[in-house]
Amino acid sequence: MPIITAGQLQKEYDVVIVGSGAGGGQTAYTLTMEGVKVLVMEAGRSFDVSTEVAMLQWPSQAPLRGEKTPDKQYGFHDCSIHSGWEIPGEPYTNAHAEVENQFKWWRQRMMGGRTNHWGRISLRNGPLDFKPRTRWGMGFDWPIGYDDLAPYYDKVEMLVGVFGTNEGLENSPDSSPGVLLPAPKLRVGELYAQKHGRKVDAHIVSIHRAVLTKPQDAEAIPAKLHPDNAKAQRILAESMRTRAPCFWATDCHRGCAIRANYDSQTVHLRPALATGNLDILPNAMAREVTVNKDGKATGITFIDKTTGREGHAKGRVMVLAASSMESVRLLLNSKSNLFPHGIANSSGKVGKYITDSVSSSLSAHIPVFEGMPVHNEDGAGGPHAYVPWTLLAQNRHGGLGFPGGYHLEFTSGRQMPAVNVVSSIDSRAGSASVLYGKKLKEEARRFYGCQLGFGAQGTMVPNDDCYAELDPDLKDQWGIPVLRFHWKWSDFELNQVKHQQTRIRGLLEALGGKVSKAETDPAKAIKQGGTVIHEVGGAIMGADPKTSVTNQWSQTWDVKNLFLADGAPFASTADKNPTLTIMALAWRMADHLLDELKRQNL
Amino acid sequence: MQTPASLSRISRRVSLQWMLGATAALATPERHLFAADPVTTAKGYGPDPSMVKIYAPGDVWPLTLTDPQRRTTHALCDLILPADDSSPSASAVGVPDFIDEWISSPYPAQVGDRHTILNGLKWIDEESQRRFNKLFADLAIDQQTALCDDIASLKPKPALKKAASFFKRFRDLAAGGYYTTPEGSKAIGYTGNMPSGTFDGPPVEALKHVGLV
Repeated sequence: MPIITAGQLQKEYDVVIVGSGAGGGQTAYTLTMEGVKVLVMEAGRSFDVSTEVAMLQWPSQAPLRGEKTPDKQYGFHDCSIHSGWEIPGEPYTNAHAEVENQFKWWRQRMMGGRTNHWGRISLRNGPLDFKPRTRWGMGFDWPIGYDDLAPYYDKVEMLVGVFGTNEGLENSPDSSPGVLLPAPKLRVGELYAQKHGRKVDAHIVSIHRAVLTKPQDAEAIPAKLHPDNAKAQRILAESMRTRAPCFWATDCHRGCAIRANYDSQTVHLRPALATGNLDILPNAMAREVTVNKDGKATGITFIDKTTGREGHAKGRVMVLAASSMESVRLLLNSKSNLFPHGIANSSGKVGKYITDSVSSSLSAHIPVFEGMPVHNEDGAGGPHAYVPWTLLAQNRHGGLGFPGGYHLEFTSGRQMPAVNVVSSIDSRAGSASVLYGKKLKEEARRFYGCQLGFGAQGTMVPNDDCYAELDPDLKDQWGIPVLRFHWKWSDFELNQVKHQQTRIRGLLEALGGKVSKAETDPAKAIKQGGTVIHEVGGAIMGADPKTSVTNQWSQTWDVKNLFLADGAPFASTADKNPTLTIMALAWRMADHLLDELKRQNL
Repeated sequence: MQTPASLSRISRRVSLQWMLGATAALATPERHLFAADPVTTAKGYGPDPSMVKIYAPGDVWPLTLTDPQRRTTHALCDLILPADDSSPSASAVGVPDFIDEWISSPYPAQVGDRHTILNGLKWIDEESQRRFNKLFADLAIDQQTALCDDIASLKPKPALKKAASFFKRFRDLAAGGYYTTPEGSKAIGYTGNMPSGTFDGPPVEALKHVGLV
């Protein structure tokens, strides 16, 4: 079973999965390793990470020195194709005119989805993140706790390969012994911040990222992940042996031809294909979940983008992993006599309680870094350290003006120069004129790498004003109704951003930094909803069918053979980046799905 | 209000801006120097270009500077980033071509720069004719420097405001084009993009530099 065209679809599959990213990939992996016949449907084209990504190309070898354009919205060498906030022919709308009340929606139409483009930051949600209502009286408690997911975090980390250290921090959980790969050495800026950040209670530790810092243990891990399954062990071991460890160059966002970092194809889809149990149908834009008269899902109607024709894939079980908002759109567009408001929406909660990370950033010039001895600090293609949230004791009852917390990610260092590399050099050098000539070259060298900054990512409280619905009029180029977003920050987010800005400023000043400009209005400093690309929710899980869309297994209350495997079932968000949790949740869901298939309950 | 995020709107906006830019260019008196073809028909590389391919300016959309404009650009680039003992000049690493590629780009962010740069190149040649009876590229380095010093001020005289904002933008672009080449990266002190078997962390002299050892 391979990558197929619409004409090559099997008559029926055990499971049809919509989406090939983190959730779809993990689900396909777990199911096919156990012999389940699976179809993965992907709206984008096939993409070969081993031959199509630009790892070592210089900016001067790209149009416009690789700068962002509307065609490549994260820059030319970023590993995103057919992707963006705005995609030709695929509109969405916002109900409100004010930018602060608008949501921006990133779509990534390619095999592997958004796993091609992410920082590989892999932090676990902590115990408090699953119970925000119990702790702070707001948000929603998940119907599961950290202990339910912890074994799956271990499994996912062993499968994908995550480096990091165990620090014993409250609510930023350790992994089980032996799970994490060695953390890389910290860079000079990270070490300097680690030492001087202590003055302002910034506790800087190694970050966790899905990058191999050494070869995976292909002897031991497969047996741990697939006990009593010799075939799965063999396939996984072979897959692990094709992955090289990081060669300490290039930004992970470019994609990794040597397979040192995680993306869904490298880690999930290749071994899943090797089982012989997986078909992948690219260029298939899912439109609707079809149902029979008993209210069971029967398949997925899709548009074959290569021909424009409609097709239908049949399955015993459907799993939506199309990205939180795309899965919401699919649910809402699946209307029938039985489900007039969209499938699995008897609670009316489909599309509700969307959250993104609460984020703002600030950077400063650090004079002590001037004239730094030249050295290469590419490292693992992204941050090696971060500032976890360690102010829980101070915020036990939300006394800081917001529940939860935020972590800080380093945003700079001695990175590959971009076009704007000298744009603020004149003021930094204290010059009254635009520097040029010999002086420019000297000062450029002296100030290169002296900028240090932090980006905050924090907990957003789900609220009634952040939701998606179908636009009553507008359709995309295939005639599929599009989403209309509603967005509104509450005071909790704005209070948090105020705190972020103050905290980052204090940290930068503790490093001797000169903060050039700081935005004091949190409504302006906060990054627009959706732009962190951490949107989750929209089909939240819960303990009560009246107030949630799925049960604790991401299985919809209304349709028992319909599951979700992306960020949509998140009941509440954490300050942690969501991808690792999406994978752990998908694996747990897939295990339950397997059990239910065996029991013939689906 | 609904705000469909459709392409057609962007396309309309892009073409409108191009028409405005083209009209401005046509309105200049010395058309033989500055009537670079308006790039109304140029297209970008689309949402799915080959990322591994090595591109040079002009590969995706045509370059549009006229020969006289290119001469001025070349001279200005090398005044801003001259060769020295350890690194090449801007023109030696293709910065004038990059400037041409940039101002010829069909994408909206570059359209404003096109206007600024073309008008600035025109101004600088006119000014050097006025002061030295020669085009900028034919001036001696100290004459070029004298001219540029006047427009390099961050607080320029009112009459030089436009020329000054041109110079700042041109300098930023030239330096951006320079430091994003392998040679320029080396000149600024970036030594990465080099696969290695290990990552050893900062060298001891870097740690000493910031007082960590």
